Amino acid sequence: MTREPAAHGPGRVEPSRQTTPPVGSTGGSALVVEHLTKRFGDRLAFDDVSFEVGYGEVFGFLGPNGAGKTTAVRTLGTLIAPTSGSAQVAGVDLCPENGPTIRSRISIMPESPGLYPRLTVAENLECFARLYRVADRHERIERALRAVDLAERAGDLCRSLSKGLRQRVALARALLSDPAVLFLDEPTAGLDPVASREVHELIAALKDRGVTIFLTTHRLEEAERLCDRVAILNTAIQLVGRPDELRARLFTRTLEIRLRSELADPAAVFSGLGGIVGWATSAADSYLLTVADDPDRAAPEVARALVHAGADICSIVEARHSLEDVYLELIDEDVEARKR
Amino acid sequence: MKFSWSRVIAIVQKEFRDYRRNRFVIATMAATPVLFLLLPMIQLIAANTAGNTAHLSLRIGLSLLYMLIIPVTVPSAVSAYSVVGEREQGTLEPVLTTPIHREELLIGKALAAFIPTLLIAYAVFGIFLAAATAFAHPAIASAITTAAHVLVQLLFTPLLAGWAIWVGIAVSARSTDVRAAQQLSVLASFPPLVIVALMSLNVIGESVTLAIGLGAALLAVDLLAWRFVAAMFDGEWLLTGSRG
Ligand SMILES: Nc1ncnc2c1ncn2[C@@H]1O[C@H](COP(=O)(O)OP(=O)(O)OP(=O)(O)O)[C@@H](O)[C@H]1O
Ligand SMILES: [Mg+2]
Repeated sequence: MTREPAAHGPGRVEPSRQTTPPVGSTGGSALVVEHLTKRFGDRLAFDDVSFEVGYGEVFGFLGPNGAGKTTAVRTLGTLIAPTSGSAQVAGVDLCPENGPTIRSRISIMPESPGLYPRLTVAENLECFARLYRVADRHERIERALRAVDLAERAGDLCRSLSKGLRQRVALARALLSDPAVLFLDEPTAGLDPVASREVHELIAALKDRGVTIFLTTHRLEEAERLCDRVAILNTAIQLVGRPDELRARLFTRTLEIRLRSELADPAAVFSGLGGIVGWATSAADSYLLTVADDPDRAAPEVARALVHAGADICSIVEARHSLEDVYLELIDEDVEARKR
Repeated sequence: MKFSWSRVIAIVQKEFRDYRRNRFVIATMAATPVLFLLLPMIQLIAANTAGNTAHLSLRIGLSLLYMLIIPVTVPSAVSAYSVVGEREQGTLEPVLTTPIHREELLIGKALAAFIPTLLIAYAVFGIFLAAATAFAHPAIASAITTAAHVLVQLLFTPLLAGWAIWVGIAVSARSTDVRAAQQLSVLASFPPLVIVALMSLNVIGESVTLAIGLGAALLAVDLLAWRFVAAMFDGEWLLTGSRG
């Protein structure tokens, strides 16, 4: 496989970013969404969605195909009108008259990059810089290209670029106007692992600069890696929270214990312990203990009890659930709920 | 936020840059004028040998009419592509996410089709007039360069183009297939040409007053078409080709 030059590790993003709300906004939150619903005929795209996103936050919309992620982005971006509910985007009420005002404060990187294939990278960006009416056009274009490490490719026709590079041009285009909220709709869809990682690094760099980002994805590790908070969407919002909070809320926390040999009477060892609410044998010499709240407090106590019982401890670790477990749990539950 | 010509210019500039590297557009814009310059020239050469005046004026009428096909076909092919083509290509959505107003996009698209059409059509007419004065029989040359003829060409070229553009964009906005859009919009662009044809071919007598009257009527139709297209040019239609 040949990779384009120009990729000397992306992520070089200019420092100095404001995380303050834009002029003229009411302050507070970058996005306030209340009971927003969109129907296409009798098909429900998303239903009764409510959430809030603060400035400087990276908020993830995580959901399977058809969950309504793209429709939600288009609705908040004023491209389509909601059926009911209300929202404030970058401090402006979501309604048809405010469309241009809202769109001037945000930018959206759609699902497919949508570059003009017969125009060069720089010509594509120039068109959009004019559409946003940015003052220092050429400087902005240069800066955006440098941010995605594509300065050397400015003169290339877009149709000659690989998918990964096109995605980076689309990201540069979204950065031109210094948006108060940046919407990224599945920014790594269809990219290979290397190209995905490059885009992840770019987004992480934007996050460090304090850019408010609304990111949709069906890739869990992406949400887990980049997002401060995640909403799990499947037409309706199933759960909102920090990735670790979601994990904690959905799963009991457990300690995984492995010993040199089996315990003679595990019940006698584990039942009396304060922080432990249950236990099970997972293999001959391994046990799973369900922790009431804090595994860090329970672990030393468990270790002492085991040593006291004469056991040789190989390891005591907290069993970690990835967001994937949370996600599958919710989506599965939902499918079952629908069958009923 | 109010109407901004700089956003209109952004669209026009983008379209021109795209045409330059688009073989289909180059071919349409190059072949049509060549064809519709050759056809009237042939009429002109044939007219040299013709005898009676009725026959002569029919030849002249026909050759002028051929040139009016340019402002009908060139813009309708281009503007029929303008929305559905960009939708298929995925380039419409990013534009709609910018602060652009629907009218700005619409006028940008229309101007991008209008400007080259007008340049090509007037150039062809200019070449035709020059050729007629230089090579045709003086009687024929003076029959061609009457005020009514010149006025009809100058006046109806932009008016016919305007109609073809609005029809093309309207069809394009509601289509889901580029080719169907192009065929339909070329067909729909011809009706006003029929009226001009009746006049050119002397079915209804040609005069300066009549030309101005018809021109005013066509202008009114064009303005109505613009309002109609602007009203239906709603984001949801543009994005999906259907209303939610
Ligand atoms: N223009 C439209 N007309 C009718 N139905 C639509 C339209 N756009 C989306 N839908 C429907 O709305 C639902 C949500 O679609 P949406 O594209 O928002 O999902 P998504 O979460 O972005 O999915 P994906 O992961 O595949 O991108 C789907 O059932 C889809 O079929
Ligand atoms: Mg989607």
